[in-house]
Amino acid sequence: MSENEEQNKEQNTEQNTEQNTEQNTEQNTEQNTEQNKPASSAEQAEVSISAEPSIVAETTAAPAVDPEREAKLKAAAEAREARAAAKAKAESEAAPEEPKTPSPKQPLLDETVALIRSLVSEDAVEEAYINEMNAHMPVIVVKGDCWSEVAQLMKTHPTLDCDYLRNVTGVDYETHMEAVYHLVSLQSKQDYAMKVKTDRETPSIASATPIWATANWNEREIFDLLGIDFPGHPDMRRIMMPDDWVGHPLRKDYEPLDPEV
Amino acid sequence: MIRTEELLLNVGPQHPSTHGVFRIIVKLDGEVITEAIPVMGYLHRGTEKLAEDLNFTQIIPYTDRMDYVSAMTNNYVLCHAVETMMGLEIPERAEFMRLIVMELQRVASHLVWWGTYLLDIGAMSPFLYAFRDREIIIDLFNELCGARLTYNYMRVGGVKWDAPEGWLDKVRDFIPYMEKKLDEYNNLVGGNEIFLARIKGIGKYDAQTAIDYGLSGANLRCTGVDWDLRKAEPYSLYNRFEFDVPLGKTGDCYDRYLIRLEELRQSLRILKQALEQMPSSGEVMGKVPRVIRPPAGEVYVRIESPRGEIGCHIVSKGKAEPYRLKFRRPSFVNLQILPKLLVGETMTNLITILGGIDIVVGEVDA
Repeated sequence: MSENEEQNKEQNTEQNTEQNTEQNTEQNTEQNTEQNKPASSAEQAEVSISAEPSIVAETTAAPAVDPEREAKLKAAAEAREARAAAKAKAESEAAPEEPKTPSPKQPLLDETVALIRSLVSEDAVEEAYINEMNAHMPVIVVKGDCWSEVAQLMKTHPTLDCDYLRNVTGVDYETHMEAVYHLVSLQSKQDYAMKVKTDRETPSIASATPIWATANWNEREIFDLLGIDFPGHPDMRRIMMPDDWVGHPLRKDYEPLDPEV
Repeated sequence: MIRTEELLLNVGPQHPSTHGVFRIIVKLDGEVITEAIPVMGYLHRGTEKLAEDLNFTQIIPYTDRMDYVSAMTNNYVLCHAVETMMGLEIPERAEFMRLIVMELQRVASHLVWWGTYLLDIGAMSPFLYAFRDREIIIDLFNELCGARLTYNYMRVGGVKWDAPEGWLDKVRDFIPYMEKKLDEYNNLVGGNEIFLARIKGIGKYDAQTAIDYGLSGANLRCTGVDWDLRKAEPYSLYNRFEFDVPLGKTGDCYDRYLIRLEELRQSLRILKQALEQMPSSGEVMGKVPRVIRPPAGEVYVRIESPRGEIGCHIVSKGKAEPYRLKFRRPSFVNLQILPKLLVGETMTNLITILGGIDIVVGEVDA
């Protein structure tokens, strides 16, 4: 009983004090907020100017945006586009000015591409170029659907004879994913870089393990670190990270589940 | 009737014969292995991920920690890749310094292998001999760059320090000493029947299998495939020197043992020639921009490390940091054949075969 009495007392006193103070505080707060309002909006404006354009772009999606900021953003975006267009134009104009001497490996590349096109499929090769920086290495970008057949051809065809797979790299280009297979023929010592592109949402590339046994762990590593699936692989498990790890660390959009780890 | 059942045995990760933290789960039928499942990643530090936030000079010390028994060759492969991208000229003396430390490193690395391999098999004293002589090389490196294992000696464009006064003479003195010791090594274990019985005909594979599994280094050459990148795709100054590539025939542990011992001799031979041909003075650092920013593009370079082909694949977007950096680590690739080799072998041969491949787990896991 005594507890209840105390509680009642407390409630009464509280109410009294509240009533007394409320009037004062209300007045005070109103004055305060009026003074604060312009200041805070100025702060907001400053933030929106100094913030990264990408962050601002995200915030514009939210309702209630002041038109001034939107106009600024639009102007900025237009300026960026204009700059990019000018750069692209300058590049395209600059390119034909210096006639490139054809690479000594160009005939070899053309031959290989012709061979793939005639023996596998006309549209098996998406792109083929010489990587001059890398000792004129021929690079062939193969269509994902044809990769198994092309790989088989690269290994078994007597003139190509790429019996040795030296390296497999997975790369996340943010627009797409890519696996690079570096092949070499131990007889002719000629090397090739074969690229296979895949999309980022459900990345998948036919496994080369049935063709070169060495692709096994290399592909597992790429699956582990980049999340590319390799259908046809005999043992597709993580290899470096723990089995219960969430995410694929080498992806550019990787966020650790627990940043403390 | 004897009741038999399959036994599951876990080896590692903390087992001295796995040369690091490598684990293997074996299924045994009596003494015979029916299945072997390697488990890796205990030493995975995410070097490739870390490198994406570092500039190229900062990545060099990370390469030391991959194959910590052969850090110089790791330094070289990264610098060589960046230099290839930027088309840099390396001063001759710097390239000689690099070559000398790489060959000394090969000797040191093979000595570690020789000592630990015999220790794995059960011979204690060769390990002490090997480490006694390796210590000389380690001291030389210590004098050169202040570190015993993780040197961080090379830079994009050259090397950090020129040889101190009298250093090259010490290397010159080391060569005949080591040659004599190699004969001693051979006398010590080369004719030991127990040793030979344990490695002859064990862990055999043919050339086709070796190529299919992408093996490199002594693991490939023991089958008779003549593929040493110093000869096949010469880099650095290797085309200036005379040396032989020792080849095996049978592809067993004994051939790998002989090849590595012979490679020690060949490395000393290269060192001798390099010291003769080396310019007596000159720059050790080429002209490089202050911020190393390789042009956009990609490059894959490879060199012959003591364990095989170590490669470096850089994808650059023209920034000071690599967009993607991938190392082709010979230990990782060579180890793949292990489960295949172990099936049907006895448990005692597990260590013999694993040791014969010569792995460094820092490199397997990167």
